Order: sequence, then C-alpha cells, then structure tokens
Amino acid sequence: MLTAIIDYESGNLHSAHKAFERMAREADAGEVTVTSNAEVVAKADRIVLPGDGAFPACMAALKGAGGLYDAMVEAVEHRGRPFLGICVGMQLMATVGREYEDTAGLGWISGEVTKITPADPTLKVPHMGWNDLVIDHPHPVFEGISTGDHAYFVHSYHMAVTNPAERLAHVDYGGDVTAIIGRDTMIGMQFHPEKSQNTGLRLISNFLTWKP
Amino acid sequence: MLKTRIIPCLDVADGRVVKGVNFVGLRDAGDPVDAAIAYDAAGADELCFLDIHATHENRGTMFDLVQRTAEHCYIPLTVGGGVRTVADVRALLLAGADKVSFNSAAVANPGVIAQAADQFGSQCIVCAIDAKTVSPGKWEIFTHGGRKPTGIDAVGFARTVTAKGAGEILLTSMDRDGTRAGFNIPLTRAISDAVSVPVIASGGVGTLDHLVEGVTEGHASAVLAASIFHFGEFTIHEAKQHMAAAGIPMRLT
Repeated sequence: MLTAIIDYESGNLHSAHKAFERMAREADAGEVTVTSNAEVVAKADRIVLPGDGAFPACMAALKGAGGLYDAMVEAVEHRGRPFLGICVGMQLMATVGREYEDTAGLGWISGEVTKITPADPTLKVPHMGWNDLVIDHPHPVFEGISTGDHAYFVHSYHMAVTNPAERLAHVDYGGDVTAIIGRDTMIGMQFHPEKSQNTGLRLISNFLTWKP
Repeated sequence: MLKTRIIPCLDVADGRVVKGVNFVGLRDAGDPVDAAIAYDAAGADELCFLDIHATHENRGTMFDLVQRTAEHCYIPLTVGGGVRTVADVRALLLAGADKVSFNSAAVANPGVIAQAADQFGSQCIVCAIDAKTVSPGKWEIFTHGGRKPTGIDAVGFARTVTAKGAGEILLTSMDRDGTRAGFNIPLTRAISDAVSVPVIASGGVGTLDHLVEGVTEGHASAVLAASIFHFGEFTIHEAKQHMAAAGIPMRLT
C-alpha cells in the first residue's frame, strides 16, 4: 500500500507528510511518500493533493509539473484510486475557480470557488482558526468524528457546491462555508487535517484505511 | 462558529527558551520542542516561536527546532525573528513552519511582504508590528525591541502591509510589553478595526481578564501571551474557561 502526497511546489508538505506517516504507521496502512514523480503517482494506491496559495497558480503548477496532472486524473477518474484534496487541493476539485480570474478546475465536484463574504462585515477574511464542523451527510471517513469537533481553517476563498449531496460537512462563518466535499472515491477538506490535532489525525487515519 | 485563539509564545535564543518554561512534568524547561509538545497537549490553538537573537550563524538551530516541533505537534506554528527575505520564508516553511512573521524587514521595505505573499500565499505571511502610544489616539512603529522610533504611523502601516498581502497581524503594544498591565486596548482596537485580516493582540498580559479585554474591547481575533503560561500561573485550559465564561467562543478540548 502506497499513499502519494503530490508535491507540485505548492506550500509546506513537511507537516502533512509527518501526520500521514504517523497515522499510516498507527493504522498499519503502508507507506507514505511525498512525490513529484508522475510514475509514483500512477502506481500509488491512494493520492493526496495538498495546496496553498491562489487557485490559478496552483492549477498552473500542477499542470506544468511533468505529467503529474495526467497521472493523477487517470488514477482517480479511470482507476478509482481513493483521493483526498486538502485546502486549495480540495478547491481544485471544483468546476471553476474565480480567484483573480476564472480558471477551470478538475470538475470532479460540481461547484465554484469564490471569495468568502461573511454576512457580518466585522468577520475577518481570511477565515483563520478553529471552527466546529457540522456534518451534513455520514461518510466512512467520519468514523469517530462528530458534529462539534474542531478543525483548523485558513482560507479566503471557499467552494459553493451545486449538488447538496456532495457537501459532506460545513462550518458557520457568517453563513455556511463548505468544509468537506466528496463523492465515490474522492473526498476534499477545506481545512488542514494535518494541523487539526486529534480530529485531523483521525480523519487522516480514516482516509488511509477507507475502502470505497 | 470561529473560535478565538490562544497562542503561547516562546522566546528562543540559541535554541533555548529564554528564562525557561516551568510546567509540571516538563523534562527540560529550556527545550522549545518539549514546551511546544506540552502546550499542544494542554489545548493551545497555535504556537509561536520568536528567535530573539536571530543571526545567520544560529539559523540552523531554529530550523532544527521547527523541524522537530512539526514532527510532534499537529497545530499551526508561526516562526518569527530575523526574517528578512523571501529565501528566509522559504527555508522556514520547508522546515515545517506554517506561518512566518516579518518584523523590522517589513518596516524597512514593505515590498518584501508582497514578494513573500505572492510566492507562498497570504495565509502564511504574518506581519509583526511593534507600536507605542506617542500621543492620545496616535501610535508609532518602534523597532529594535521598542528602542528605535521610526516616525511611521502604526494604523497606516497596518493598512499598507495588509494591502501588500499580509494575512495576519501580530500586534505588540511596546508600552505594555512586560508590564502585566494589560494590552494597549485603544491601539489594538484601532488596528483591528482598520484591517480586514485577523489581528493577534500581544504585550502586557498579567491576568485572564486582560485576555478577555483584548477580544471584547480590542477586537482581536487571537491573543498571544508568554509569561502567564510559562511559569504555570495559569493553564491554557483555565484561560479558555475564563474567556468562554465571558461569552467569547473558545475551542474547549
């Protein structure tokens, strides 16, 4: 069992790597590797796509990284490899991103990524800190996780999901903010599970042992 | 609902916590990694390391600390002190920091904030602002530990650096730092209300009520403190309970 965390030079993967490694060890879920090699992604059993920064820059970096994009799309779309997108890696799963300019996403979850505009103007953007999850739909990855558990968010854009069945959890920040999306073998988390202490580690462990 | 964050700050010099940390059960009172692990377990919402004697020669020590902390703590870590260039930011992020804080380098050249935010995203770029009251309702940026006035208006500077892409402001009231008399509330409120990004209040905490005031009166999104936690006077949990009792949404673990 090999879990590949895709490195396309978007942000700090050290803590994600350490968190996945630790949970893989504890759950006896095989090896975790950080890679920018398309061949490794192609043969991985699970794929994690992190991401920090702007939507267009992340998409461009992913597409420009020597076949990584094609290898990932092929593994997820055609071979149903379990996939986890984190933060901007989750947002890239949308149909379109509207940060700076309109950029086509992977189109895996129908929806668009737009600026957070809290109804209460005193609320700050970025949405930064710990917020309590509200679970919309049960999912195997939520085992041991309940509504009210906290996760660590830091983002200025969020995803509006077209099909309510594909929004698995949200938080309140002057209105609903999508926290977890998913369908079939894919799941995405707007927050950083690797920075969300026990709740995040549990979600990582659940993903690593998920058999969709 | 988003919770107000409590951030213990560790002043680090040459790889050791300045003055030490006095927790029950801590193996080594001077080891920042041990202290970070203890604060993580105690329910801290984030951690902050401040390298107070940062020089090129001792950089490696900080990278090692950050790396070891990231291996054990699964909460966000901000690192500041001596950060001057985009290359410094990259090195700290690669070592495992989640956010990197600019201070005097941003005063000398606010453009460095834009360079760093463009490259790594605003979410990981913090601008630390050290300010003092110069006349009622007027605050000025001071550098060199509060000794050197710059003539720069603190509120205007906060607006400038957020426009350039700073994702958060770490505001220290230099006229309160170390006094235990509470945050400089008018300053904290002026900056918090002037910018759209979160502001961390720092400097002067002596009681748990001070933490409450920073949020309810100062409008800060997070509160940073050092000595009241390091010397075991209050636990993170007591601070959170106290703030929650005052009606502030907290993550109670």
